[in-house]
Amino acid sequence: MTDLTRLTLTEARALLKARKLSSKDLTEAFLSAMAAARTLNAYVLETPDKARAMAAASDARLAKGEGGPLEGIPLGIKDLFCTEGTRTTASSRILGGFVPQYESTVTSQLWRDGAVMLGKLNNDEFAMGSSNETSAFGPVKSPWKSRGSNADLVPGGSSGGSSAAVAADLCLGATATDTGGSIRQPAAFTATVGIKPTYGRCSRWGIVAFASSLDQAGPIAKTVADCAALLTSMSGHDPKDTTSADIAVPDFEKAVGRSVKGMKIGIPKEYRVDGMSAEIGALWEKGAAWLKEAGCELVDVSLPHTKYALPAYYIVAPAEASSNLARYDGVRYGLRVPGKDIVDLYEKTRAEGFGREVRRRIMIGTYVLSAGYYDAYYLRAQKIRTLIKRDFEQVYASGVDAILTPATPSAAFGIGEKGSADPVEMYLNDIFTVTVNMAGLPGIAVPGGLDGQGLPLGLQLIGRPFDEETLFSLGGVIEKAAGSFQPQRWW
Amino acid sequence: MSVDQATVRRIAHLARIAVPESEVAKLQGELNAILGFVEQLNEVDVAGVEPMTSVVPMTMKMRQDVVTDGGIAARVTANAPAADDSYFLVPKVVE
Repeated sequence: MTDLTRLTLTEARALLKARKLSSKDLTEAFLSAMAAARTLNAYVLETPDKARAMAAASDARLAKGEGGPLEGIPLGIKDLFCTEGTRTTASSRILGGFVPQYESTVTSQLWRDGAVMLGKLNNDEFAMGSSNETSAFGPVKSPWKSRGSNADLVPGGSSGGSSAAVAADLCLGATATDTGGSIRQPAAFTATVGIKPTYGRCSRWGIVAFASSLDQAGPIAKTVADCAALLTSMSGHDPKDTTSADIAVPDFEKAVGRSVKGMKIGIPKEYRVDGMSAEIGALWEKGAAWLKEAGCELVDVSLPHTKYALPAYYIVAPAEASSNLARYDGVRYGLRVPGKDIVDLYEKTRAEGFGREVRRRIMIGTYVLSAGYYDAYYLRAQKIRTLIKRDFEQVYASGVDAILTPATPSAAFGIGEKGSADPVEMYLNDIFTVTVNMAGLPGIAVPGGLDGQGLPLGLQLIGRPFDEETLFSLGGVIEKAAGSFQPQRWW
Repeated sequence: MSVDQATVRRIAHLARIAVPESEVAKLQGELNAILGFVEQLNEVDVAGVEPMTSVVPMTMKMRQDVVTDGGIAARVTANAPAADDSYFLVPKVVE
């Protein structure tokens, strides 16, 4: 039998449905692959008992000709999604032993549709990072390596466990979250596909909060169609999240393969930044040419406030984080470090429980919200956010259907290479993705090719609010033209 | 704008994060790097611009004012580092 872990989600689904493959065999193949790939550190918790039980239940349903749209499909779950009875840590010491008493809405919908949980995936602590190096469980190693080098590379972040697990065939797809690029940047670094849907498309209920006005869940998977299948299950209105959008969820998979003829694609000049590698520039042009060949019309557009998105983000996101993370007090759940009084208990618990990057962001957030600084920082950043969103609205009002950009300013870098002296060096990774969160728009990252070192580079498509379908159609065109890319197995 | 070491200590206390004296200088440098980076926002003319309050326009939904949950004290305190008889335990706060 061929290696089952190499199947795509949609291929496996067809085999399961036709009863040519059992979820049991498929799940066992992944559990073995996970055990053999522990050096990657993609999973922070493997749940083989749960996986086997869920697979058996799926096989029973499939035998009766029943089953949901993801029946028997083994998935990895980012450790930011609360899973009832299964430890959920956000990869932080402060949630070290936390066992949720409830299930996040997104994961509950995946289980409703028949998916099987393989385990919980590593991520940057509280999703704060772009390389998965801030995790309390240690960094994830990318399955990719530069040609002729043995150095360990980052898989991107914060959803680095998700991207590495998908790229290394340790699951058929993974959940992820994206606050400033945490789905799209890791997807670009690993030649996987990742979509951040429109703000409000997926319920945030039961997902450990980072910055609530920016956070969105989405999938990382091997193909555009696989992502579409997962997002269809993950999406939908949830009364438990007041920011969840009460609009119908289309079958996103039907959009893959749909004609893109006549679509107008915006090419924003502000994304041609100083210091961008020539290879990224060339890839961007290649992407535009592929879309043109498929019948799209390319137009130059301007998003004048682009360069202010990242600095504004580093006010808004830490501000919201400082408020959201106030709940970790050593009293109700998680780590507790005893103190001489209650304030001492709080301060010691939070000093020991949070890692360096999280402490830094909480402090920045606390500062920009503190008396006397709120107007100068927070209020100004929220006004600039209005301007960023307006830039996009004007482009879409001119008839543009989607915007094409590179996903990242560079390919993956080495573990320990960036941000140790200046945190801003790491933040610059999100320069092309963060605008999308600031404006609440959907964005998809699709593999575009490999650079001279043999490392993946991704393209990003940005869509109109709640028009993920156009992104899946266009993403499908790029995928078809670019092909797919797998790392050499060295682990 | 940049922060001095006294401000770093004050923010740390506001954020309820203990910062040892040996770390204050390093943290000051990191925070000032971030504050220096966001300084460029002052170039933008924001006169007459409304601050964003909701990234996707939506009407606030109303819900019935009824009890939908409850009676699960044991589950609420299941993850508490110290709990007794459905109460969270903390050091004495009132003399």
